Amino acid sequence: MKFAVIVFPGSNCDADMYYAIRDGLKEEVAYVHYTERSLAPFDAVLLPGGFSYGDYLRAGAIAGFAPIMAAVKQAAAEGKPVLGVCNGFQILLESGLLPGAMKRNRQLKFVCRTTELIVENDAIAFTAGYTRGQKLMIPVAHGEGNYECDDETFARLEANNQIVFRYASDVNGSKGRIAGITNETGNVLGMMPHPERAVASLLGSDDGLLLFQSMLRNWRETHVTTA
Amino acid sequence: MSQRLEVSPAHIQEEKLYLEMGLTEEEYARAVQKVGRPLNFTETGLFAVMWSEHCSYKHSKPLLKKFPTTGTHVLQGPGEGAGIIDIGDEQAVVFKIESHNHPSAIEPYEGAATGVGGILRDVFSMGARPIALLNSLRFGELTSPKTRYLFEQVVAGIAGYGNCVGVPTVGGEVHFDACYAENPLVNAMCVGLINHADIQRGRATGVGNTVMYIGAATGRDGIHGATFASEELSEASEQQRPAVQVGDPFMEKLLLEACLEISQCDALVGMQDMGAAGLTSSSAEMASKAGSGIEMNLDAVPQREAGMSAYEMMLSESQERMLLVVKKGREHEIEEILAKWQLHAVAVGRVTDDKRLRLLHHGEVVADVPVDALVEDAPVYHSESRVPSYYKEFQAMAQYVPEVTDHQETLRSLLKQPTIASKEWVYEQYDHMVQTNTVVAPGSDAAVLRIRGTNKALAMTTDCNARYLYLDPKIGGQIAVAEAARNIVCSGARPLGVTDCLNYGNPERPEIFWQLEQSTDGLSEACRVLETPVIGGNVSLYNERSGMAVYPTPVVGMVGLISDLAHITTQHVQTAGDIVYVIGETKLEFGGSELQKMLEGKSFGAPPSLDLTVEKERQDALLAAIEAGLVASAHDVAEGGLAVALAEKMIGRSLGLAVALTGDATTVLFSESQSRFLVTVHPDKQHQFEDIVPAAVRIGVVTEAPTLSLEINGTSFVEMTEQELATAWKGSVPCLLKSKD
Repeated sequence: MKFAVIVFPGSNCDADMYYAIRDGLKEEVAYVHYTERSLAPFDAVLLPGGFSYGDYLRAGAIAGFAPIMAAVKQAAAEGKPVLGVCNGFQILLESGLLPGAMKRNRQLKFVCRTTELIVENDAIAFTAGYTRGQKLMIPVAHGEGNYECDDETFARLEANNQIVFRYASDVNGSKGRIAGITNETGNVLGMMPHPERAVASLLGSDDGLLLFQSMLRNWRETHVTTA
Repeated sequence: MSQRLEVSPAHIQEEKLYLEMGLTEEEYARAVQKVGRPLNFTETGLFAVMWSEHCSYKHSKPLLKKFPTTGTHVLQGPGEGAGIIDIGDEQAVVFKIESHNHPSAIEPYEGAATGVGGILRDVFSMGARPIALLNSLRFGELTSPKTRYLFEQVVAGIAGYGNCVGVPTVGGEVHFDACYAENPLVNAMCVGLINHADIQRGRATGVGNTVMYIGAATGRDGIHGATFASEELSEASEQQRPAVQVGDPFMEKLLLEACLEISQCDALVGMQDMGAAGLTSSSAEMASKAGSGIEMNLDAVPQREAGMSAYEMMLSESQERMLLVVKKGREHEIEEILAKWQLHAVAVGRVTDDKRLRLLHHGEVVADVPVDALVEDAPVYHSESRVPSYYKEFQAMAQYVPEVTDHQETLRSLLKQPTIASKEWVYEQYDHMVQTNTVVAPGSDAAVLRIRGTNKALAMTTDCNARYLYLDPKIGGQIAVAEAARNIVCSGARPLGVTDCLNYGNPERPEIFWQLEQSTDGLSEACRVLETPVIGGNVSLYNERSGMAVYPTPVVGMVGLISDLAHITTQHVQTAGDIVYVIGETKLEFGGSELQKMLEGKSFGAPPSLDLTVEKERQDALLAAIEAGLVASAHDVAEGGLAVALAEKMIGRSLGLAVALTGDATTVLFSESQSRFLVTVHPDKQHQFEDIVPAAVRIGVVTEAPTLSLEINGTSFVEMTEQELATAWKGSVPCLLKSKD
């Protein structure tokens, strides 16, 4: 399975994502510069965390218009798994691939700590290896992770089982303690916590590795059936 | 756009305009003599910044010569952007600490942010990837609204910059004492990793090679920042906000990636950050180090504003800029790399062989001075030194004996003292995990980062208990180095070297200069005995306001190497049943202690004593035990004494400690005697451990029940649950920040 890590100017978790795939998952991975226009050779797209364009204007706002984003949208439309973490999640929101928006954390401060997440949806490619209700220890590191959407959207997210992860306790004021959501087809996942920071017990937790392993397992299964 | 008319050399001389720029009568005369004619306005400015304390170390140079700076593993000592130490496998660690005190006193957010930016550039200008940041901060008491403002904004500034650039802030310290109320200290340290083959140095070699400017455009911010940093703070300082620079961490991130790529390109000859004194220091120093000269055409310098004068461009301290020397004819290779990062490289000059810094602007020569005069010929002052009267008084005092009636409540109060209390409120605002190498996060004795692709790790810390230095700068200086080394050893690492940031008051006052002399003696001696050469650092003087100087605060940044990931050790208890040992004797030593400060509101008397030979023996023995796999946890005993250190070992764990001691309860629990460690060891390894560390005394056991039980002479003195301890220790700083007065 071949993963693309998109590098925007100011991305700073790109290398972490790259090493999570290369050393944690032990699969093929390459950096793709934001000026590229095609993601055809890749089986999955990873939008890493960081401060694309310095988060000037609004987190993820400028990156949402970067040249590569058309190819990201195309990959999503083709059903390829697209994962946005932290700033990557913010970019997915800004580009309209996921609904809602991010506000500054309620405490108005950046927060970096390992948080407890609850798996709410174990039926998508990213989470099939987990079980619903399972608790994961995954770090967060963000200043704008306070998820907001209108009531109608929120009801739809609930009804469609699009809320994938919730914080076990409030971290940033996020509506419904939402930590991660997926699109209606389940192939685009945005999450504020960093699974790529939780792939080695040496660093405190490897609970995030299963997310990447689930992606790989799903890809292998679908490739066997379509072959 | 009106062009400001510059005053004539004669006018500068007659009206003594050089005084306003920070040059004394003698210094101006010396500069004129070196150049051989009266100086024009721009030239006077060049000398003023280059001969400022910040750039020339004119008051501290003779003292800095005392430091041991060499060792078989030192690849680069003081004199470049940062020092470099070999860690084997063709890799090296690069590190440096620097102050940004004055800017942070005036504009705390930007002052702290640009302090981080500057130290990052010092490290990546060497060709190294920055892998960690640390910060050593000093503020007044948190009960003051002004201090709370400075503290919150400094922390936000560090977070805002470091988080965006994507370098984890993994450690440091924050202390609070009234002497820092008007003059906070903000020292930033950066650690980088490099392959030997990639080491760059800031040298302008090769006559005819091209001088290139990269990064942000030059604006009118930070003009004369180096001079500003070399004066005492005053009411007038508030008017000097333009001397404080504004940071752009996004630009820094692009510059970082571009510079690391450039350092792989052999078209590059040399690279140096435009830090203090900006374009002036980077060009003059690169030429001076190479024995060459530089000619620059200032018309080519990218400018943020129209109509900037040569003086303004040369003295601007706009951030995120770098000066390169590139092989002639290969400039396009650099331009291509920069274009990838949406940056531009501009040829602004060339290397010459006449050892002069020559500047052209609008077709005229606006400065033409010998580079060595700027860089090497600053006057060196041997200031007068005098033993302060307070020191004589303190030395004559009888040993201070604190009166404690309720030891449990005293422990609770000590845990709440902001200097001891948890700094979680601070480090949760810093991304301390990005780059995914952080094995031991903030909160233990030292931060530990793995070196990806190897089985090794680096430990790093900053330390300085300035109260001890105030009471006795020589012993205090020794303690600062010893404590840093203790923290490194407790994490399982062998100390490699030191970078120091010497923060003092006005060195022209004999009592302050005495503090400098004494403490550098102490630091040097400790660095020699503990085998940690000083590979770089920074001096920040004139840290005073209204005649009140900060405590002598030479912050010690230390890095150690962990040879095997299995040796990584933290301060926290691991398993119930493990034996608790204390290494080192406890004496009646409360001068400068946290308990004295808490009870008396001030520090006085003599600091704890220190025997460096004993210190070294204990550190070596403990490290040998850790490397033999015998130690479950290790923690040094520092502020607040044994009781606080025991509490810190437990907090955040679901285990307890049952400890029995003998002696005077107050001394046993709270004395700050030096060279002590708390260690836990699995019972199976007891004998082996005791063989290697014969000085270790068994004092208790790790318990299943999460309670701290302290018994002295058979009587219970403390019985507190982990939750009680954690509430006091973790709740204190957030609680103080919420107060409304």
